[in-house]
Amino acid sequence: MKFAIQINEGPYTHEASDSAYKFTKAAIESGHEVIRVFFYHDGVNNGTRLTTPPQDDRHVVNNWAELAKENDLDLVLCVAAAQRRGIADADESKRNGKDADNIQEGFRISGLGQLIEAGIQAERLLVFGD
Amino acid sequence: MSEGTTKQFLYVNRKAPHGTVYALESLEVVLIGAAFEQDVRLAFMDDGVFQIMKGQDTAGIGTKNFAPTYKALGDYDVNKIYVEKESLDERGLTEDDLMPLTYEDEDDDWAEKPSIKIVSRAEMADLIDSSDVMFNF
Amino acid sequence: MAILHTVNKSPFDKNSLERAIGVAKEGSSVLMIEDGVYGAIKGASSSAMVEAAMKTVKVYALSEDVSARGVNDRVIDGVELVDYAGFVKLAAEHAQVQSWL
Repeated sequence: MKFAIQINEGPYTHEASDSAYKFTKAAIESGHEVIRVFFYHDGVNNGTRLTTPPQDDRHVVNNWAELAKENDLDLVLCVAAAQRRGIADADESKRNGKDADNIQEGFRISGLGQLIEAGIQAERLLVFGD
Repeated sequence: MSEGTTKQFLYVNRKAPHGTVYALESLEVVLIGAAFEQDVRLAFMDDGVFQIMKGQDTAGIGTKNFAPTYKALGDYDVNKIYVEKESLDERGLTEDDLMPLTYEDEDDDWAEKPSIKIVSRAEMADLIDSSDVMFNF
Repeated sequence: MAILHTVNKSPFDKNSLERAIGVAKEGSSVLMIEDGVYGAIKGASSSAMVEAAMKTVKVYALSEDVSARGVNDRVIDGVELVDYAGFVKLAAEHAQVQSWL
């Protein structure tokens, strides 16, 4: 089964990212394919490499980055949502005249078309949000 | 772009505009998605019905007024807009309180027709049941 | 089409559980996740709605979220607890997933 995941909220404030992560992990462990994880609205905040959560708590951003690396997952941050909220990769940063970028390795920034395409190509779309 | 697959898309809108960003950003998905030639339906229920209310003026709150953008949906071939009657009733609204969203029917000499269909809760259930992909915001 | 309806908010906070139950057709399922699992509590004002729903739809709650909230002992009889593997299975077995937020 091919799954697509949409995440609407950022790390820590909502359980959405954690729930989506655990679902994605369980889907892969059950032998399914997760074709894309698309981060929209505040969900793009899951893609910053600058978080420093307390040592005794889970590291949401790293969880995603490691899961993606181990399983070749496609983690996509919506470009429009990312621009609004200040999440940028080197190219975006340069293009918009910013003095820094903050994207976590393992994530990529792309357009809403990637969400639509995932909806078309997957057999099941799940949305985690508020 | 769609590689020949046509799915029944349903965009579910249950949140009021302006207090949160979901209405604006979900509309952006609909506009981008229009290029992918799927069978697109929009559902407005609960506070989502407020998104297409007439007379919105955001000048005082200083935010972008995106309400007029709904009027462009017809030009993007998004013309199946379902609004739940019970949600309108609960909020003291009628169809007259909604923006008149229309499209031009190319199969009928480009006659202008309403895109909005007021449906019952039960019909909304049928709509959900008949969808292949549901986007929620 | 049997749909899996997920609900992630408490019935005392939002109407999402009520909407999901109202829309779920016979043979469909409702799965409570995150704060939605508070809808599985018995003896609450929302319990009757859930019990009535169970006549036509299957109702589940995500066990990890139930445990997190310490409500394991007060789940309505007949609400089945599933873990994340079970959640995946439900999503695969139903035709589609409608995520009520």
